[in-house]
Amino acid sequence: MTDIIVIGAGVTGCAVARELARYDLSVTVLERASDVCEGTSKANSGIAHAGFDAVPGTLKAKLNVAGSKMMEDLSKELDFPFKRNGSLVLCFDEGDRHKLKRLLEQGQKNGVEGLRIIEKEELKELEPNISDDAVAALFAPTGGIVCPFGLTIALAENAAVNGVMFRLNTEVQEIQKIPEGYRVITNQGTFDSRVIVNAAGVYADRFHNMVSGQKIKIIPRKGEYCLMDKKVGSWVTRTIFQLPTKYGKGVLVTPTVHGNLLAGPTAVDIEDYEGVNTTGEGMSDLMKRAALSVEGLPTGQVITSFAGLRAHGVTEKEDFILGPVEDAPGFFDAAGIESPGLTCAPALGKYVAEMVLEYLPAEEKKNFIAVRKGIPSMALADPEERQRLIKENPLYADVVCRCEMVTEGEIVDAIRRPLGATTLDGVKRRTRAGMGRCQAGFCSPRTVEILARELGRDMAVIGKNDKGSEFLTE
Amino acid sequence: MERKEFVCIGCPLGCNVTVEAEGKDIKSITGNTCPRGADYVTKELTDPRRIVTSLVKVSGGELPVVSVKTAADIPKDKIMDCMGVLKEIELPAPVCMGDVVAENVCGTGVNVIATRTCGLKAAEAT
Amino acid sequence: MKKELVIIGGGPAGLAAAIAARENGVEDLVIIERDGRLGGILNQCIHNGFGLHTFKEELTGPEYAARYIDRVLELGIPYKLNTMVVDLTQMSGLVQQDAADSVVSEERVKAADNAASGVHDVRKLVTVMNREEGLYTIEARAVILAMGCRERSRGALNIPGYRPAGIYSAGTAQRYVNMEGRMPGREVVILGSGDIGLIMARRMTLEGAKVKLVAELMPYSGGLKRNIVQCLDDFGIPLKLEHTVVDIKGKKRVEAVVIARVDEHSRPIPGTEEEIKCDTLLLSCGLIPENELSETLGVEMNSATKGPKVNESLETDKEGVFACGNVLHVHDLVDYVSEEALQAGKCAAAYLQGRHSAETVGKQIPIRAVNGVRYTVPASLNIDRMEASQVVRFRVGNVYRDAAVEVSFNGKAVSSRKKKVLAPGEMEQVILKKQDLQQFEGLEEITVSIRQA
Repeated sequence: MTDIIVIGAGVTGCAVARELARYDLSVTVLERASDVCEGTSKANSGIAHAGFDAVPGTLKAKLNVAGSKMMEDLSKELDFPFKRNGSLVLCFDEGDRHKLKRLLEQGQKNGVEGLRIIEKEELKELEPNISDDAVAALFAPTGGIVCPFGLTIALAENAAVNGVMFRLNTEVQEIQKIPEGYRVITNQGTFDSRVIVNAAGVYADRFHNMVSGQKIKIIPRKGEYCLMDKKVGSWVTRTIFQLPTKYGKGVLVTPTVHGNLLAGPTAVDIEDYEGVNTTGEGMSDLMKRAALSVEGLPTGQVITSFAGLRAHGVTEKEDFILGPVEDAPGFFDAAGIESPGLTCAPALGKYVAEMVLEYLPAEEKKNFIAVRKGIPSMALADPEERQRLIKENPLYADVVCRCEMVTEGEIVDAIRRPLGATTLDGVKRRTRAGMGRCQAGFCSPRTVEILARELGRDMAVIGKNDKGSEFLTE
Repeated sequence: MERKEFVCIGCPLGCNVTVEAEGKDIKSITGNTCPRGADYVTKELTDPRRIVTSLVKVSGGELPVVSVKTAADIPKDKIMDCMGVLKEIELPAPVCMGDVVAENVCGTGVNVIATRTCGLKAAEAT
Repeated sequence: MKKELVIIGGGPAGLAAAIAARENGVEDLVIIERDGRLGGILNQCIHNGFGLHTFKEELTGPEYAARYIDRVLELGIPYKLNTMVVDLTQMSGLVQQDAADSVVSEERVKAADNAASGVHDVRKLVTVMNREEGLYTIEARAVILAMGCRERSRGALNIPGYRPAGIYSAGTAQRYVNMEGRMPGREVVILGSGDIGLIMARRMTLEGAKVKLVAELMPYSGGLKRNIVQCLDDFGIPLKLEHTVVDIKGKKRVEAVVIARVDEHSRPIPGTEEEIKCDTLLLSCGLIPENELSETLGVEMNSATKGPKVNESLETDKEGVFACGNVLHVHDLVDYVSEEALQAGKCAAAYLQGRHSAETVGKQIPIRAVNGVRYTVPASLNIDRMEASQVVRFRVGNVYRDAAVEVSFNGKAVSSRKKKVLAPGEMEQVILKKQDLQQFEGLEEITVSIRQA
């Protein structure tokens, strides 16, 4: 019997687990995939939203602003990439100015600092490549960009170091009520727990509905993205949103925290909970809309496209489904966590942990380790740091991924650290090997080889991600 | 009478050459621009041959496999037989470029030779 | 560390360039290779067909490479393996007079005498990294760029669908099969009829895989005719022209791809979709010169080749920086890579020996690629500096039958060579004679164009 089971090792589950790890509680995270950060958390905009978008009074509003404020300190504590680059919401039509003003007031109500409306001239000065059609914009200096993998993996690693047990490749099939709490039946055996935190992303309704008569509904809402080469990563320096126009809900154009340019997402409700395929229509649609924001959007520089599924909760208030489930004591939902879920994660983790502690009081651990050091990056290191790293371990001089300059030292580190990578995608998300313009064309055979060597397995069992995604057929 | 179509590979032109023949007895060749086209299809019809390039396994080498080729072209219909023979071979390292890997492969009178040198596996770095 | 000449890349281009430089008197040079062996991509090209032009015999890739590697060893040319060039920059500022003597040609120093207290520094800083020596910088008087090219990825092709395992560029699959002896799939569809894709169609078939078809977006193949016949026709593998992949199915591993016919604008035609079961999709849709370092240095690029713009000496707009092989423009045959690289090595030697500096010679004549000619390499030439004859290489943008390659001086046609067929998959060339150029009074511009009958 464990104290707490968290279902789902996305950013929400990992944030909750890490907060709970501060206390004298036994915590197990069950994750269906072969790695953490394999669902919604791996395919999103990577934006730390300022917080003007959410309706005042909602959990989305409250946790967004709080999360945004926490993100910077957390990025230092847990060593993941984050940058407060500021964001702009473009207004293309004089007739829409009132919408901009409404957004400003909403943001102020939510407690977003520094918001102001800027005129075309200043806008052009801030962002020379912005569309000539933009007449004004809401400027949010507190908007930021964050590496979604970096954040999720950092939370998970730190949770693991502090005693949280991660069970990967473990798919929850059934949840039964037992006198002491809940029995969770999985493909890897049965787990009993006093408390369950349901952070299962698009599957959260399934688990909620197993224990509660008050049914909830999650709809997978697909968002497609195009990622562009670092060559054009500074086409804009801030995150550029659009006011909804007659063409529909806008898309964003933003630099990523690693220096690429990202455009997206579309928003289409789908039936398939695994439907992360991109579509021809989606990609051309999003690039068309993105082109409204900036002059000369470099569509020829796309290096990859991807799609993610938002876990859209069907609720009256359009809010997260967060907290204890009335008719299922000890069962806590962290469901319907769509945008700005990534931004909310640091605050949301605390919020859920506090509720759990109310139900299951516990002492704070004395030996909690709050700080985590990430994998060093040769690409980002200065010459002295590079020298030092190579001296420490010559593998840091052996470049495997030439596009992103990722060395064997970094890849070995990604595999050997707590909750280490066991798949090509795992290495990619921890080190950026294969994220560059050749999209792993050159480095994937070597990475597979290193994974096989480090894990003591044959190359034929090394996969892209989950079982069934192996690269070699013999 | 049998009609067969060939694409001549003599030059980038890639003429579509039509051959009328009874068995290997050629009656007519049409569609070629130059004599090379006729030579090519005659060879293709009467005795098509190919050089086969592939790999054989190596034990204890710096690479797990070493590349090989038939030292001359072999009849086209022996290609897969030749592959079958190569599949069964495992050479101990080192292998030198030009080393005979298989003699008279599939009775063709042609040897299979290594096309690269494969040294011994370096001692494991620790 | 100081070097007269640093050659970046130890593939066919780098090897030939190094040999030519040494044979023309450059003693102090080094080849920097990122892989564990010299020879570059030839190491995994185990098929034959290399060297027909150069050696009049059909060699395999490793054998062709060995000819050059042996010569490099014979000449005692130093090289560094497993060594990555992480930065390439120009030294900034002016060279002091005393220092200038040792680094630039006498002519340049003289020229600078009139100007200021020094000459513009043209030395390059090549920062390299390897396990044994760590990170350090080589100060080079001349650099030859020979980094080769990479394959266009699925992302760059904007192919919709899932992102499962089983999608490889043809070269990646080639590495698995030919270097590791492992199979990346059993039932294969190939998109793009580039030569590597065609070669892999045969290779995978020989190893027991079923290659179901090759789909090509264009109405013509991007590969050599010989490869269509010997790699596809020999094994009954269909080639579908004007087809592309419009969807990839399979969440973990490729389960099927959907292909469709395209219209004359390369857009898929609705209703022509066909689902093909397979576990592997190989991509052979073009090669892109790897010019990240050239761009770091700020070399002027040619948008048609995605390689540097070079003059008759294969020198970029940065003095003392030369380029050759697939980093300059994608070649069809390695023989031409070697030939081009020999020239680059020779020109670098001439430069280092002070026979090449820009101040000592006349003006550059631009070579314009027009009417079906996509680009020329070189893009300009200098009559005083050129050899007795100059090979100008180019590619055409479409298939032409019974056309002529025409060379004009100042818009006046001076030569016309009939060609039965011209295709984008094959590199073409014209040869310009120094004598002809010298005799043409007031030469301002050379054009190379296609004239259709």
